[in-house]
Amino acid sequence: MAQSSDNNSLMAQAAKEALVAAAVSFGLFILYVGIETYQDINNALVWRTRWGLLAVFVVIAAVSRFLVVGFIKPHLDKRKRDKAKAGIPEVSDGKNFFQRNFLKIALIGLLIYPPLSVMLAGTQGSLKYVDNFGIQILIYVMLAWGLNIVVGLAGLLDLGYVAFYAVGAYSYALLSQQFGLSFWVLLPLSGILAAFWGVILGFPVLRLRGDYLAIVTLAFGEIIRLVLINWTAVTKGTFGISGIPKASFFGIWSFDVGAANNFTKAWGLSMSSAYYKIFLFYLILALCMLTAYVTIKLRRMPIGRAWEALREDEIACRSLGINTVTTKLTAFAIGAMIGGFAGAFFATRQGFVSPESFVFLESAVILAIVVLGGMGSLTGIAIAAIVMVGGTELLREMEFLKHVFGPDFTPELYRMLLFGLAMIVVMVFKPRGFVGSREPTAFLKERKAVAGSFTKEGHG
Amino acid sequence: MEYFVQQLANGLTLGSIYGLIAIGYTMVYGIIGMINFAHGDIFMLGAFAALIVFLILTSFFAGIPVALALLVMLIAAMLMTSLWNWTIERVAYRPLRGSFRLAPLITAIGMSIVLSNFIQVTQGPRNKPIPSLVTDVYHFGNITISLKQIIIVAVTAVLLTVFWYIVNKTPLGRAQRATEQDRKMAALLGVDVDRTISITFIMGAALAAVAGTMYLMYYGVATFNDGFIPGVKAFTAAVLGGIGSLPGAVLGGLLIGLIESLWSAYFTIAYKDVATFALLAFVLIFKPTGILGRPEVEKV
Repeated sequence: MAQSSDNNSLMAQAAKEALVAAAVSFGLFILYVGIETYQDINNALVWRTRWGLLAVFVVIAAVSRFLVVGFIKPHLDKRKRDKAKAGIPEVSDGKNFFQRNFLKIALIGLLIYPPLSVMLAGTQGSLKYVDNFGIQILIYVMLAWGLNIVVGLAGLLDLGYVAFYAVGAYSYALLSQQFGLSFWVLLPLSGILAAFWGVILGFPVLRLRGDYLAIVTLAFGEIIRLVLINWTAVTKGTFGISGIPKASFFGIWSFDVGAANNFTKAWGLSMSSAYYKIFLFYLILALCMLTAYVTIKLRRMPIGRAWEALREDEIACRSLGINTVTTKLTAFAIGAMIGGFAGAFFATRQGFVSPESFVFLESAVILAIVVLGGMGSLTGIAIAAIVMVGGTELLREMEFLKHVFGPDFTPELYRMLLFGLAMIVVMVFKPRGFVGSREPTAFLKERKAVAGSFTKEGHG
Repeated sequence: MEYFVQQLANGLTLGSIYGLIAIGYTMVYGIIGMINFAHGDIFMLGAFAALIVFLILTSFFAGIPVALALLVMLIAAMLMTSLWNWTIERVAYRPLRGSFRLAPLITAIGMSIVLSNFIQVTQGPRNKPIPSLVTDVYHFGNITISLKQIIIVAVTAVLLTVFWYIVNKTPLGRAQRATEQDRKMAALLGVDVDRTISITFIMGAALAAVAGTMYLMYYGVATFNDGFIPGVKAFTAAVLGGIGSLPGAVLGGLLIGLIESLWSAYFTIAYKDVATFALLAFVLIFKPTGILGRPEVEKV
């Protein structure tokens, strides 16, 4: 009997909270959802009501609150209690084959991805899969891994990372057009220039920590973008730079249509841009692998250890004689260099750069990927990039949603909305990201996985 | 000279709006040490609430007096943003209070993205212009000062006095200052910390709504991404004035407004935002405590 009365009071509470949620969401959405403003034929702003949509919002809020309070939360509490009763949480030593060889399988999968998509979708059809999904995701993986060095390893929150991406992209765009240098000369040069900017911007902010550092880097990112917009003599402002040369196959084959050593002609293939995209896919894959290799190696070197020590406790770090100035600057420089590589690649892939590609939102997206993946964890970040970027790319493909919500429905509009929501939801429920633990690089006797909650950023 | 005074008036108007937003940043930072990145978007929500209420008012009561319309818009916008900020704090920030330091900032960035895209989706991406509400102008020699500017400066002055009174003289303000200094101790002494923090968010949001309404009245237009740039500038103002200090926020706002309008008047308008951002960087690097702030002691 006690059980059922317990249940009844739980349901009553859930119903009460659902009503509150309904009232609050009614208040929240009445103006913004319940009323639509639009311009009529005279270009004057007028309004009309959308009570139906408002009702949908309110009902969703009430029902989900009811479910959370009435069913999900008791269930979670019960599981937590059971876990606590069971004592030490299960440590799974017995990994299955897939878990043990995850990285190898993933790498092989990536290597055979372009030929596979050509086989399945045809030469032209593979464009979408290789370019929109493959290259797009890998660019973000690379950027996020680059930012991971700054944020995840050294614990310096950088909200202006996109500035280095922009420096790399504009370095390639301008130098290749002005001096006719090839991609393979400019790729390292773009990285070096970005690293140089990383040091320049890093130097003044050495004393700052945590939130203040974040805001200053945001300001620097915005300054670089505003200069790109306003310095029209060099950057052509908002029009951007178009006609950026394509990368060549190490100078042996060109991908320009008119060139004598055109790749498709040399191999007797039918004309298609798909080959260039496949080449770019392997190029960015190689760049990503380079980034991962550098990160893994650096973590085992004194500088990597110094970064992680700096992240854990700056004061302790200083008192142990670690030079925090060079430690921070190298983190900024290496992170920026990787951003610069990615930028040069981005410029050659798009053939067009404009300040529009380097807005603050882009920095936020990259940071979100790093955080959602679990700071410091390369695998987690890669998974987060696939989920977030691939997921939002997938939204574009969802034609069937048009049949559900009517022909005016454009899924792309919801891209950033969902992205922001994902950031909030993951932070609230899983603040350590998808992969919340990481393998330590330094250990006594045996290697134990460290729970993410032991690692902190910046503030000791 | 007249040109300079004219720019001074424009700068003060702009600065008042920044100051109103900056108070929200400074109060929230003071009480829970978090940069509420979404605060600029709360300001934008306030502008949109005022805009929608204005449209409803003019279609139902065509001949409504402007002062009354403004008052209704102001109150509606304040209620609206208060409810939003209260909900946001409850849903997104409160669960993260014990989490690592970056978590609330990242959530706030996510919230900022959500809010601006929510308005873009529900109200459309285009500029929303409204007819000019207050058109009176006064001439003093060659200097033109509009009634709009006077309203904005006066409203800021009144609200600053009211808020200064609340924070310094009322039990609520005492609870806020206690929570700011030592949350645990305040809780032990019977201060309802959660409630105090909620009220701080509500107060910040209400001021942002005032700023939003003033912004709408001044420029006559609102867009979904209006929150970002004024938000960053207001944050700059809060930092410049000394984060955590109420008069500092307004002082910082006025300075930023003046710098912006004088820079536009005497240098190039294209780089006015660069000037503000550079100033933010300079202040944080050379005087992180701002003009009226207290130094932050580094503890092990």
